Amino acid sequence: MDDQRSFSRLKLAGFAALLAVLAAAAWAFSGYQLFRFSLIAVYAIAMLGLDILTGRTGPLSLGHGAFYAIGAYTSAILIYRTGCPYALTLPAAGLVAGAFGFLIGIPSLRLAGIYLALATFALAAAIGQLLKKLSWLTGGVQGIKVKRPTVPFDLGISVDQWLYLLTVLVTIIMFVLGWNMMRGRLGRAFLAIKQSDLAAAASGINVAAYKTLSFGISAFYAGVAGGLLAILVGFVAPDMFDFFLSVSFLAGIMIGGLGTVSGSLIGAGFVVLLPDYAQKVSQSLPWAVYGAVLMFVIIVMPSGVVGTLRRVFHRMKSGRSLEMKKQGIYASGKREEQDDVSP
Amino acid sequence: MEALLQQIVSGLATGGAYAGVALALVLVTETGIINFAQGEFAMISVFVAWTLIQCGVNYWLAFAITLAVSLAVGILIERTLMRPLEGAPHLNSVMATMGLMAILNSGAGFTWGYTIKSFPSPFPEGALWLGGVALSIQHLCAFGVTMILLLLVFGFLRFTKLGLALRAAHQDPQACRLMGVRVGWIFALGWGLAAFVGASAGIMIAPIVFLDPSMMLGPLLYALAGATLGGWDSPGGAVLGGLLVGVIQNLVGTYIPFIGPDLSFGVALVLIVGVLLFKPAGLFGRVRVRRV
Repeated sequence: MDDQRSFSRLKLAGFAALLAVLAAAAWAFSGYQLFRFSLIAVYAIAMLGLDILTGRTGPLSLGHGAFYAIGAYTSAILIYRTGCPYALTLPAAGLVAGAFGFLIGIPSLRLAGIYLALATFALAAAIGQLLKKLSWLTGGVQGIKVKRPTVPFDLGISVDQWLYLLTVLVTIIMFVLGWNMMRGRLGRAFLAIKQSDLAAAASGINVAAYKTLSFGISAFYAGVAGGLLAILVGFVAPDMFDFFLSVSFLAGIMIGGLGTVSGSLIGAGFVVLLPDYAQKVSQSLPWAVYGAVLMFVIIVMPSGVVGTLRRVFHRMKSGRSLEMKKQGIYASGKREEQDDVSP
Repeated sequence: MEALLQQIVSGLATGGAYAGVALALVLVTETGIINFAQGEFAMISVFVAWTLIQCGVNYWLAFAITLAVSLAVGILIERTLMRPLEGAPHLNSVMATMGLMAILNSGAGFTWGYTIKSFPSPFPEGALWLGGVALSIQHLCAFGVTMILLLLVFGFLRFTKLGLALRAAHQDPQACRLMGVRVGWIFALGWGLAAFVGASAGIMIAPIVFLDPSMMLGPLLYALAGATLGGWDSPGGAVLGGLLVGVIQNLVGTYIPFIGPDLSFGVALVLIVGVLLFKPAGLFGRVRVRRV
């Protein structure tokens, strides 16, 4: 029943309207604002990837900045060394990062919960030094400059507009792809693993294979996001990928709502826009505001903005507040998850 | 040979601080989490001590006041911020400590600025020569003070009733509660002690690494490696692990040219991942058997 509903004409129309608004924005806003929007989209892709791993499957990665960095460097190196067309470097960035993710996923099978967080934390802290050290490939501390792309096919739009539209296109592709994956067999397997390894294995899910696959897919998303970043910013350097970046990815999905597709968009908006506003108050304040919001969300509304909104919505719709309460605060994210996924 | 010994000795000097932070980390893992903000706790303590000394307070008085304040603040933070997260998934508690880390880090930058400050050392300069090895008196004394404090904490854990309760709460909170121990407060005490130990380690290493809000990121990473190496459920192991990591870091940085000082974080990464993969319980930890 839900399946038919999700492809209803209303939704299709809504989707078309959204596309039109997004495209129209390319002419309505200035180059700088378009750049900010694109940055939000880039973060959203990376966060969606992280959400597939941490939010859906369960393993906790504090090191996604590393995959993001690998993607960014892959794109930058391909463009700089081979002059490869910009858009073509994105799948390459995703695949290289995904391969690394897959490789790191294998040893991570042996690490339970908090220890995986520990290992990936070390990865996030070490990636900057590694990038500096491999200077023959990465250009060391100076990093790599990527030339601004030119607008193809004589479209008659500015480079800013072209980059924005490209980013929007890639984001939509990645989100539709992710949404579909999570509604199908794959997403269900991930969810089952998150709820209980053992029960999942007992119902015939190859836990090891799916977990590593989840790592790979997740890193693929981070890699594509990184590649886009390299093209957008026109520059990559090791200092762009400090470990706070990895924390901000995780913070974004927690604030937006774990295990929800729309949550990564909200989280990305928050992560990109907050520093702009907080910086007006003080140079060093953004991180404090950031940390405070993060702690507030974790303690007061652990299912994030989307999860909380959904709960409020459900409560208003059915008035079954007692039943909602029974499911407990922490279980609620998972419970509502099923609403999202079940066809 | 003498050069090697020299490297080992200076490795032990920084290792002392790692050992302190590693012990602090192990003291809070009893609540089932790793406190990634432990390094920032220590950093704030060092800044508090620095401010007191700048105001003309005697060094050792400032040291004592800072330790007392750290103990109290550690307990307070557990009671107010971490308490609501008891029983929450790992992700939530880890991210809460990350949030805390961000707040403390930028709070310190906001209050004390980002310029690098030097921290005074109460010990005389100069070196003792032992055979062909120079022992910096400052490093030696700092090491000694850290070790004395660690021994005190150790004695507390081993020989007092409260220490016993702390260890028991670690092993089995449920049974502990049934025996009439107020486990919540015991956990809070663990946080307080951790802040105490971290503060002393931070103040002792401060003259060597200088003061700025991100001074503890490196030591935190090495302390994490030390705690992993020693075993997360063994305080003594964590201390030894921290010392070992200090030595390993120095030796690898000196004798393996490719790594040098530029890849020191990489060494910590390899250590953490290597130990977790091949000896997950660490050198001194208990091997846990999971029943299915």
